[in-house]
Amino acid sequence: MSIPVLKFDAVIVGAGGAGLRSAIQLSEAGLKTAVLSKVFPTRSHTVAAQGGVAASLGNSEEDHWHWHMYDTVKGSDWLGDQDAIEFMCRKANEVVVELEHYGMPFDRTDNGKIYQRPFGGHMSNFGEKPVRRSCAAADRTGHAMLHAMYQRNVKANTQFFVEWMALDLIRDSEGAVVGVTAMEMETGQVVIFHTRATIFATGGAGRIYYSSTNAFINTGDGLGMAARAGIPLEDMEFWQFHPTGVAGAGVLITEGVRGEGGILRNSSKERFMERYAPNAKDLASRDVVSRAMATEIKEGRGCGAGKDYVLLDITHLDPATIMKRLPGIREISIQFAGVDPIKEPIPVVPTCHYQMGGIPTNYSGRVVIPQGGDLAVPVPGFYAGGECACASVHGANRLGTNSLLDLLVFGKSAGDSAVEDLKGGSAHRDLPADAAEKSLSRINALDNRKGGANVHETRLAMQRTMQDHAGVFRFGDMLKQGVSKILEVEKAARQMEIKDKSQVWNTARVEALEMENLIEVAKATMISAEARKESRGSHVRDDAADTPEFPNGRNDKEWLKHTLFFPQEGNKITYKPVNMKPLSVETIALKTRSY
Amino acid sequence: MLREDYERLRWRCIRRGLLEVDLALTRFLDQGFAGLDDEEQQAFAELADMEDHDLWHLISGQAECDDPRLAPIVAMLRKS
Ligand SMILES: Cc1cc2nc3c(=O)[nH]c(=O)nc-3n(C[C@H](O)[C@H](O)[C@H](O)COP(=O)(O)OP(=O)(O)OC[C@H]3O[C@@H](n4cnc5c(N)ncnc54)[C@H](O)[C@@H]3O)c2cc1C
Repeated sequence: MSIPVLKFDAVIVGAGGAGLRSAIQLSEAGLKTAVLSKVFPTRSHTVAAQGGVAASLGNSEEDHWHWHMYDTVKGSDWLGDQDAIEFMCRKANEVVVELEHYGMPFDRTDNGKIYQRPFGGHMSNFGEKPVRRSCAAADRTGHAMLHAMYQRNVKANTQFFVEWMALDLIRDSEGAVVGVTAMEMETGQVVIFHTRATIFATGGAGRIYYSSTNAFINTGDGLGMAARAGIPLEDMEFWQFHPTGVAGAGVLITEGVRGEGGILRNSSKERFMERYAPNAKDLASRDVVSRAMATEIKEGRGCGAGKDYVLLDITHLDPATIMKRLPGIREISIQFAGVDPIKEPIPVVPTCHYQMGGIPTNYSGRVVIPQGGDLAVPVPGFYAGGECACASVHGANRLGTNSLLDLLVFGKSAGDSAVEDLKGGSAHRDLPADAAEKSLSRINALDNRKGGANVHETRLAMQRTMQDHAGVFRFGDMLKQGVSKILEVEKAARQMEIKDKSQVWNTARVEALEMENLIEVAKATMISAEARKESRGSHVRDDAADTPEFPNGRNDKEWLKHTLFFPQEGNKITYKPVNMKPLSVETIALKTRSY
Repeated sequence: MLREDYERLRWRCIRRGLLEVDLALTRFLDQGFAGLDDEEQQAFAELADMEDHDLWHLISGQAECDDPRLAPIVAMLRKS
């Protein structure tokens, strides 16, 4: 069967913050650039970001990129690469000011500068006291960012392919990336994008968990495509959980609710945070609160028929305060928990929020893999940025507002690297003869299989397994069982059946293809988490507890290293050292992480 | 609604930028949509074309809808 081939200099998969930022670099350099997206660009998940983007502009008080770098290294629990972190923090001002020039309507101070507000973990003078570093556009930062960058791309003649789903990465016999296969949803037609540069900006995969703050679109397609093409996935055991997502729905209830006096209670109405954090109580840090909640649930003090959530109680607050100080919270609670929080407490659970790991890249946005003795060799023609990539700046734990910064900085540098690599106008490498084979056979299998697994049920089984076995608080035996369970789910995911066999607008088929990506991410997460026998950042194990030798359970002697998971090589895991050498300053030395 | 049009609309309801909107529209597609007449279905499709934040403000009652064609659908989205 002959498959249409579209030739471009570059294809970018993803039109969220990272993809749009990369596209600007390529199109403005005069390269013929295609951007693929499952949805209209401004409906990408970046639209949900409200908190802001970090940059040490120092508009409201003194600040410095070096302080920001220190906070990021510390936040990462020293698993972040210090060269990449220095690069990101130094570039922050430049990319934020550029965004301003693209027309981003940042909040302003009285004298017209970008207004900055404080955000958790961002401090001045190497961890001394909170600093105002976050730049926002009211409560629509992500939305405004996407609009500004989309307009800029339209001007630069970027070609958008909207409601197109990339299916697989195409690599030639030398391993170089020469494009992707993609399906136009409207026609069901599979097409080859033949390119000299391919950039992944596909966002996160938070939907591997049952409870997730992420929109349904976060199915980890970039990670699935990379994994199937033999690219390892880095540090997939690290996921950030937010303590208060609405049980069942996942929708985020902001920290502000506890700030206004909200109290967490278990099945006997006890204010259990008093036992875990006698001073800070319900206002303790995200990870402490999440773990306390998980412990209450595990020990049988959860609420409801399944004893699987706790309650966030604001019934003692003045209704006027709730309406005035917590806009939107009552509405979320009524819509998704079916309770009016003025009268009844809100059911909440620790909820998956952000993926720290991803496709391994260096700080120039080039995808790097181990080869021979070298642990970070660039894959020719392949780049990645944003939540799907692991540069690694977030290490074991991300600081709020650093991911919008990540996607600006590394979206841009991936674009710049591609422009640099394409200079001199080298020809397209040849497509392998079987370029579309893998994708076509996956689609054929779905179209022809009878009596296979149901997609919805398989996804639910995966999400339950991830939530129960690799949640916010991890146990050695549960992780072991989790590995066998997720491998069982994987078998089902390889044998899925869809009832609708139509070519045109077949959303069931698209969902099945997404599920094939989700399972790659889930498996990588479970196996990497089982293997890492320490606690670090967001990865907290019951059997790696806080001791004088290993404060917080972190074991730098054995585990100061990145995980690389190779699904195509029998689920093999290897490790590579953390880069402790910044570009220009001294190493930020190992220390116990405490706030 | 033709199968093709429904499937396109379905995709635009189940893959949104905001989880709140994903949940609200998916729920409505499963529960209320089939009971709408052609014109009402068209009105729902128009709502689904809105930007996520604006639509969520309507659904959650933080904003009001003053278009007489769309308002009844918004009311159903709120109740469902
Ligand atoms: C509720 C919430 C609030 C947040 N608030 C903040 C905040 O205040 N500050 C902050 O720094 N971070 C925040 N984050 C995190 C941050 O928003 C994300 O990490 C970031 O927006 C991800 O951007 P991205 O460009 O990598 O991906 P996305 O914006 O998710 O875009 C992914 C793109 O890839 C496309 N795509 C995916 N797969 C395919 C495929 N197979 N084929 C074609 N296209 C595909 C999608 O259509 C989309 O265009 C928040 C996250 C959540 C969930």
